[in-house]
Amino acid sequence: MRLFVENEKCSGCRACLVACSMNLFGENNPKKASLTLIPLFPDPGKFRMMVCTQCGECAAVCPTDAIKQKPNGAFFVEFAECILCEACVPVCPEGVMYLDNHLAQTAWKCDLCGDCVAVCGTSALSISDQLLN
Amino acid sequence: MNGYGGSILRVDLSSGEINKSPTPRDLAKEYIGGRGFGAYLLFSEVPKFADPLGPENKLILSTGPLSGLMIPGAGKMDFTTKSPLTNGYASSSLGGMLTSELKYAGIDSVIFEGISPDPVYLLIEDDRIQLLDATEYWGHGTISVEKSLKDKYGEDYQVAVIGPGGENLVPFASINHDYGRQAGRGGVGAVMGSKKLKAIVVHGTKAIHVADPEGYRKAGLDLFKACKQAEGLVPWQQYGTTIVTSWCNEVGALPTRNFISGHFSEGKELYGPVMREKIVVTDKGCFGCPSPCGKYSRTKKYQSNVEGPEYETIGLLGSNLGISDIEDVAEANRLCDDLGIDTISTGGVIGWAMECYQKGILTSADTDGLVLNFGNTDTVFELIRRIANKQGFGKLLSQGVKKASGIIGNGSEKFAVHVKGMEQSAYATHNATAMLLAYMTCDVGAHHNRSWAITYDLQVGRDLVVPEKVARIIWLQNFRPMFDVLGSCRLQWVELSIERDLYIPALEAITGVSRTWEDLERVGEKIWNLTRLFWIRENPEFSREWDLPSPRFYTDPPPDGPTAGQITKYEDVQKLLDMYYEQRGWDSNGIPKPETLKRMKLDEFALST
Repeated sequence: MRLFVENEKCSGCRACLVACSMNLFGENNPKKASLTLIPLFPDPGKFRMMVCTQCGECAAVCPTDAIKQKPNGAFFVEFAECILCEACVPVCPEGVMYLDNHLAQTAWKCDLCGDCVAVCGTSALSISDQLLN
Repeated sequence: MNGYGGSILRVDLSSGEINKSPTPRDLAKEYIGGRGFGAYLLFSEVPKFADPLGPENKLILSTGPLSGLMIPGAGKMDFTTKSPLTNGYASSSLGGMLTSELKYAGIDSVIFEGISPDPVYLLIEDDRIQLLDATEYWGHGTISVEKSLKDKYGEDYQVAVIGPGGENLVPFASINHDYGRQAGRGGVGAVMGSKKLKAIVVHGTKAIHVADPEGYRKAGLDLFKACKQAEGLVPWQQYGTTIVTSWCNEVGALPTRNFISGHFSEGKELYGPVMREKIVVTDKGCFGCPSPCGKYSRTKKYQSNVEGPEYETIGLLGSNLGISDIEDVAEANRLCDDLGIDTISTGGVIGWAMECYQKGILTSADTDGLVLNFGNTDTVFELIRRIANKQGFGKLLSQGVKKASGIIGNGSEKFAVHVKGMEQSAYATHNATAMLLAYMTCDVGAHHNRSWAITYDLQVGRDLVVPEKVARIIWLQNFRPMFDVLGSCRLQWVELSIERDLYIPALEAITGVSRTWEDLERVGEKIWNLTRLFWIRENPEFSREWDLPSPRFYTDPPPDGPTAGQITKYEDVQKLLDMYYEQRGWDSNGIPKPETLKRMKLDEFALST
């Protein structure tokens, strides 16, 4: 299972970002979310959202095996085991592996909690084990 | 303080001094946030008779306790000031991402005071706050300046900026943000311009703390769930505010040719589905909004982008000017946004000038040779430029319809459609007595959003003049602005009809303070009375006359459409006011009675009026 985004439905509202940080860190802070919104304004006037595909590249390079897998296939960071080495960040093909020492003493990523989908009013986000057409 | 950024930022533009102090607990308790903070700070800090464009006036930006949280539409910011358009209270609401970003920087309100000797912009990066030279941006349009500042600092920095209209002190200049969102009404952009403040740039990385995280998460998700299950969600997402264009035209409420009529025969070309098909590129939501009314558009005819047009702009820059091509309206909208002037007031004042021209009160000798026929799109574009730049004939119009008609006279005052100097927004109220009263008594002038009642008029009988109708208006005025106090959008309640009680557990979990809607409405009533006192304090001649609508609605029956031949009788206008004052606890001149103020613990403020 993984998160999917249909960019043409995204209205750029960022509800997903705040829901994500709330679930992941218990904090209202979209700067600590596991999705990246790229607004393309004033031209062409569209939104692009980058989401985790649960490909596991990050886990493969983690020297402490701090990135583990849930039964549903989602990879998550065991915060206490992260040594901030940054190995996972450059290997992420989607650019959604996050590490910022000013914000958290751990790397973080999407753990497929689903709260972003729950708050997405335009259904731009969904979780599925099927590939979208 | 849970739910709050925690500090109030004060920026003295004269001295360049920047101070931050903790948000007072009593202020949060009594006025909650947003518009409440703005009203209290305006009344207590701006000295009596301050020049709206002078150093003593203040521009106050306020977030609310819901701003930036996981609450539907928690992206509303309030701008309060003394209005250069009306000389009274101005409060303008801005959507987008600014209010949330300010909260993440730990700030609840920003108070700008004084006047900078040179153009500056304010840069907020959490606790690092600086005033920087804005000379290179001065004179440029809002869109390019926002883009330049985002290119300089980063896409996740939020920017609010004024255009030439604000720099030139046009009294209905707007503040622009997010490539098309505005604090549009009452001239907040002119006050920003008077202070030589070109832009505000914000980046916040702090968390907003809440009292009960688990309770908040549950209550927040419940609110989103209700929105997503609402029947009205899909059509609202499709069309946003333009969903009402067709309805207004069909019931005779669409302002047409300077409000002479409420029905535009070519109006179909302006309807929501036409706009969606012809120009909309994407839906664009404010912070946390599950039901984005923002429509970002691109015109083929002009090859330009604009957010909108919203319904109000379609009404004022479209049908009110006799323009029936949505692409023309979108381009007029873009010009206003980029030049930084309010589309509603601009459409109002141009509509008035066109009627003057039609009646021969103004001729091409007065208008720099421009032909001001209704439907003349090129003239409208040119007038927008001249208004923002205070150039030629545009200089007269840039003063707003009340002053311009006062100068031109010859009976043109009678079709200057405004209340208290603010041009009326897009509901023709020849025969819609609740909406008419809403405009008459709105706290900033003829604006619709405090007590939007046009559909209610149709439900209960549009010409009815009964106490129940008046009570409905008062209830809406006490209740709806509370969303501006809380820092979130009212439209999930209005358009999706979600239960307002769903906000109560969320607010409690966030702030740790238990409040009912009845408590909140009492705060709303208090703010309504406080802002009334501000009008009275600043305008010693304030009286009942100030609450009268444009004579257009009680003297000029529309020639066509569903309201053809219908007006509100003048005696009914007066009756509406009598009932309104009585129910508000105000005297026959619209002044709150001492016992009314005492009940709301506002008697201390009465002394200073």
